[in-house]
Amino acid sequence: MIYNASPFAVMIFVAFVLGVLWLSSYFAKKTTTSAGYYAAGGDIHWGVNGIAFAGDYLSAASFLGICGMIAFSGYDGFLYSIGYLAGWVVALFIVAEPMKRLGKYTFTDALNNKYNSKGIHLTSAISTLIVSLCYLVPQMVGAGSLVTPLLGMPHYIGVILVGAIVIFIVATAGMASTTYVQFIKGLLLIVASSVLSIAIFVHGIKTPPSEDYHKFQTINATVTNGTVTAIDSDAYRIAGAQQDAKGHYVKLNKAGVNTWWRLVEEDGNTYLNEALTVVNSKDGNVLYNGEPKKAEKFYPVGHASKIMVDGEEVTETGSVSPFKFLTAIEESTIVRFEKTIFMDNGDRVTLWFQNPTSGQDIMKPGLRFKVGEDSTFMSKLDFVSLMIALFFGTSALPHILIRYHTVSSPKAARKSTIVAISSIGFFYILTLFMGLGAMVTGVLDLQSSNMAGPLLAKFFGIALFSVISAIAFATVLGTVSGLIVAASGAVAHDLISNYFGVPLTDKGQVKAGKIAAVVVGVFAIFLGILFKGINVSFLVGLAFAVAASANLPAIIMMLFWKKTTAKGISASIVVGIISALTIILLSPKTFEVYGLIPSDAPIPMNNPGIISIPLSFITLVVVSLMTQKDGVGTEEKRLA
Amino acid sequence: MGHGPASDWGEDKAIAYKTKLGLWLFLVYVLVYIGFIWINVASPKTMGKIIFAGQNLAVVYGFGLIALAFVMGLLYDYFCAKKEDELNEMEGVDK
Repeated sequence: MIYNASPFAVMIFVAFVLGVLWLSSYFAKKTTTSAGYYAAGGDIHWGVNGIAFAGDYLSAASFLGICGMIAFSGYDGFLYSIGYLAGWVVALFIVAEPMKRLGKYTFTDALNNKYNSKGIHLTSAISTLIVSLCYLVPQMVGAGSLVTPLLGMPHYIGVILVGAIVIFIVATAGMASTTYVQFIKGLLLIVASSVLSIAIFVHGIKTPPSEDYHKFQTINATVTNGTVTAIDSDAYRIAGAQQDAKGHYVKLNKAGVNTWWRLVEEDGNTYLNEALTVVNSKDGNVLYNGEPKKAEKFYPVGHASKIMVDGEEVTETGSVSPFKFLTAIEESTIVRFEKTIFMDNGDRVTLWFQNPTSGQDIMKPGLRFKVGEDSTFMSKLDFVSLMIALFFGTSALPHILIRYHTVSSPKAARKSTIVAISSIGFFYILTLFMGLGAMVTGVLDLQSSNMAGPLLAKFFGIALFSVISAIAFATVLGTVSGLIVAASGAVAHDLISNYFGVPLTDKGQVKAGKIAAVVVGVFAIFLGILFKGINVSFLVGLAFAVAASANLPAIIMMLFWKKTTAKGISASIVVGIISALTIILLSPKTFEVYGLIPSDAPIPMNNPGIISIPLSFITLVVVSLMTQKDGVGTEEKRLA
Repeated sequence: MGHGPASDWGEDKAIAYKTKLGLWLFLVYVLVYIGFIWINVASPKTMGKIIFAGQNLAVVYGFGLIALAFVMGLLYDYFCAKKEDELNEMEGVDK
C-alpha cells in the first residue's frame, strides 16, 4: 500500500514526542540516586502505577498485533487477549506482594533475596537481558510499521527514531519518567480505543464498506481437463497459469499489464476471481498487481460479502450496539484474503486470494490455530502450549516485575495490580471490536497485519488516525523504555555491581545504568530493522514463552518450596532459556522466517511453553534436591 | 550492595492469610482457564454455539474470563484489606 503523510498527523506526532521528551527532561533533574533511577524512588501512587502497568503491558503487541491478528484471523487473535489478561491473575494472587516485599531495584534482587548467590545474579541477569531483547524486537518492528503511514517514512527510520528517543528517555531519567510516560500513554490508549470502538458501532457494517473501495471483478471461465482454456472477456487474454495446494491461479494480460486470478468452481459454474499480487521479478523489479507501487493498484481490503441482520440480508446494518455488532458479524459472510507464494518463470509471486468465510467460523477458534477438523495432535498441543505461555508469561516479564518496586508497599503493589487488570481487561475487550471492525471496513494492508488498528482509525478521519498513531507510537516508546530500564538494571546493577563486584558509588550505578541503556537501545534498533514484517503479537508470544520458562519456575518455587536452593534456581533459569530458545529456533515458524520450508523444521511446534516450562520446574526440583547440603533460606524469609 | 526493599512499610501479620487466599483464588481461576482451553481443543464446535444474548460460547467464555479476573481481584483485595486491618491494628503494627 502507498502511504501519504498528512501534515496534521505529523504535527500531532511531533507534539507527542516533544511532550514525552519534556517529561523526561523534567524528571531527569529530580533523578540523582539509584533508587530514583531504577525504582522511581518507590513512592509512585498505586493508581498511577496501575495505569502505568497497563502502559507497560499494552505494548505494540496488544494494540497493533492483536488488532491485526483479529482482523485477519477472527476470534483466534482474541485468544491472545484472553491469555495476556489471564496472566495477570498469576501476577496478582502469587507474585505481586512477595515481589514487592523481597525486591529493591531488579527482578534478580527479589529472586536472590535469601540466597545472595553469584549464580543467581548471573543467570537471572542474563535471563532478564534475553527476555527483554525478545520483547524489544516486536516493539521496534511495530514502531517501524507505524511511521510508514504516519510520516511516510521507511520502516528503518521508525525503528531508529524510536530507539533514539527511548535512549534519551531512559538515559536521562530512568524509571520515574518511564512511569509517567506509561501512565499518560496507558490512559490515552484506553480512551482513544474506546472512541474508535464507538465509531465502529455508530458506523455499523456496510457492503461495500466505502464508495472508493475497490470492486473486485469476476470473469466466467471455461475449464477443459483442469485447465482454463477460455474466458468470458474480450479485454483480457490468458498469459499463464500456476497451481499449488491452495488452488489454481491464472495470469491474465490486459494492455500489457499482468494480473492474477484464482479459479473458483461453484454449483457447476467456473469463474475467475480477481486476486492481489506482489511480484518480485527475476530482474529485481517489484510489481503490485502488475504495476509499479506508485500506481496504487495494491488496494486496501476487507469487506462483508453478505450482511445478515435478524435473518434478513441487508446492505448495511446502521448503528449497532456492541453485542449487535458481534451478532451481525456472526450471521454474515466476510471476505478474508489468504496468502500463497509460488514461482512463475523465475518470478516470485506472492498472491492473496479472496476467501469468503462465514461469520460463525470467524467468531470461534480455528482459522489460525488448527484445533478443529483439520487439526492434528501436534497442532492442538501447540495451541495449548501458547495458552500456557501467555498465562504464565506475564508475571515473569522483567519490565513488569520491576514496576512492583516503584510503589510504597506490598498493599500498594496489590492495589495497582487490580487497577492494571481492570484497565487492561477493558482494553482487551475493545480489541475484539477494533479487530473485527478493521476486518469489514476495507482498510487492511495485506502486507502488514500490524497496521489494522491505525488504518481503521484512518477510515474514520485523519484526526483520529493521527491521535491513535501517535498514541501507538508512544505505546512503543513507553514499553521500550520499560524494557531498557529492566535490561540496563540487569547489566549495571546485577552484573557489574553484584556479580563482578565492581565497587560503584550510588551515582556510579546510575551512570552505569545509563551507559547500559544506550548499548541495549542500539542493539534493539539493529534487531528491529532485521525482523521487519513479522506479526508483533506472534513475536511477543514467544517472548512470553521464554519468560515463563526461564523465570516463573524460579519465582514460584522460591516462594513456595522450602527446599529450593540457589543452584536449583540457577539451573532452572538456564534450562528454561535454552529449551525455550532451542524449540523456537527449530520451529516451523522460524524456518519460514529463515526462508526455509516450514515442514522441514525438526521440531513440529511453534510454541515451546508446554515443554520448556515443566522442564525448568523439574530441573529446579532435581538440582535443589541434589544440593540440599548448600543450605536453603528459612520459610519465614521466603514468605516475609 | 544491599538487596532490601526500596521502601519500609513495617511488619505485615496477614501474610500467611493472604498467601493462602491467593493460592485458592489462583486455583479456581486456573480451573476455569483450563476449562476454556479444554473446550477449544476437545470440542471447538461447542465454542460456536449461541448461548447468551445472541453470542456464542467463545465470546461469552472469553469475556467471562476477563471479567472474572477483575471480580476475583476485587474480592481478593477486599478480604486482604479486611484481614490486614484486623491483624495489624490488633497488634498495633504500623502498616
